[in-house]
Amino acid sequence: MASDGGVSCLRRSEMMSVGIGGIDSPPLDVDEVHVLAVDDSLVDRIVIERLLRITSCKVTAVDSGWRALEFLGIDNEKASAELDRLKVDLIITDYCMPGMTGYELLKKIKESSSFRQVPVVIMSSENVITRIDRCLEEGAEDFLLKPVKLADVKRLRNYLTRDVQVSNGNKRKLPEDSPPLTLSHDSSDSSPPPSTLSPDSSDSSSPPLSPVEIFSSPLLSPLDDEDDDVLTTSPESTPSPVRRQKMRSPGLD
Amino acid sequence: MDAHVAQLQMQYRNYILSLYQQGFLDDQFTELKSLQDDGSPDFVAEVLSLFFDDCVKLVGNMARALDQTGTVDFSQVGANVHQLKGSSSSVGAKRVKGLCINFKELCEAKNYEGCVRCLQQVDIEYKTLKAKLQDMFNLEKQIVQAGGIVPQVDIN
Repeated sequence: MASDGGVSCLRRSEMMSVGIGGIDSPPLDVDEVHVLAVDDSLVDRIVIERLLRITSCKVTAVDSGWRALEFLGIDNEKASAELDRLKVDLIITDYCMPGMTGYELLKKIKESSSFRQVPVVIMSSENVITRIDRCLEEGAEDFLLKPVKLADVKRLRNYLTRDVQVSNGNKRKLPEDSPPLTLSHDSSDSSPPPSTLSPDSSDSSSPPLSPVEIFSSPLLSPLDDEDDDVLTTSPESTPSPVRRQKMRSPGLD
Repeated sequence: MDAHVAQLQMQYRNYILSLYQQGFLDDQFTELKSLQDDGSPDFVAEVLSLFFDDCVKLVGNMARALDQTGTVDFSQVGANVHQLKGSSSSVGAKRVKGLCINFKELCEAKNYEGCVRCLQQVDIEYKTLKAKLQDMFNLEKQIVQAGGIVPQVDIN
């Protein structure tokens, strides 16, 4: 947990495995989605960290744009091989920060060849249309209005660049009041079944989730109406990138 | 069920409801509570503790900034108000947040007396909230010690 102004990384024992797809995970990284959160407010860092961990993300929280660049290795020219392979799937940053604003950080990230593909989400306590537009024009994926809620963070799952196993055949919405999902398992499929969402299991030979477990897992909680893609645990082996969706509206609820 | 536990639970429910009704807390507090679970049973207490630390620090900064003999740097005061507004908003401290909104306007207007008065109100308000929440946590502890479960309180 972040208790000082520096970097806080999630302890491995606290991470929940993502459990969906990840067949082509980069060797250096674990299966979890990795989010870099940037906020000068300690209270907000703790809250966003919790929100992200609940949605099964690994979180690194830093207190400034400079530390974010330092962590990513953007600010130094001699990026080590290790830093080159640093996997960050999403960057979420506060807008108003002393020193470097979230907007300036966004620009620097988009100028970086290593990280320009990483979706960047801006958070702000102020709902200023010109500010929102400016961030979107600069390439921000979304804009969340503070205080950030779990529903906002869950929506961000759609912006991940990590390849996720999405079955074209089983794509369907999960409305809140639909009957339990019936999984279709292709018995002739020889690819490894997906791992479960149990806290310490990253073993890919675990049995698939039952429909009840699917519904109650935080990863697959019902998406809002604007999402067309849904993550399933179908064992079909063609990974395709999650379609990145452009922002539709600020995170107003 | 133990009558004592039931009584404590009712007391707890009423207390929480009153905090919302009197405007001390808003739905962001509800949101924080929903993020707490058996795996992170002290999450709300931890966040609030950090929030109150923030209050002490920021109120101190503002007091110092307003205590300058000569020109007061209102933008400095405003920067601290902005931070306090942010963290109070993130924890659901409704009254504190409301005061910060007023305070911000007073800073922009460079209203010295207004700022000083508002700072005093902020000081009182966060300390009041801290005491109220301490009572709430104490009730939770009593319930658990009496063998009961802390009830989920439905605000609506």
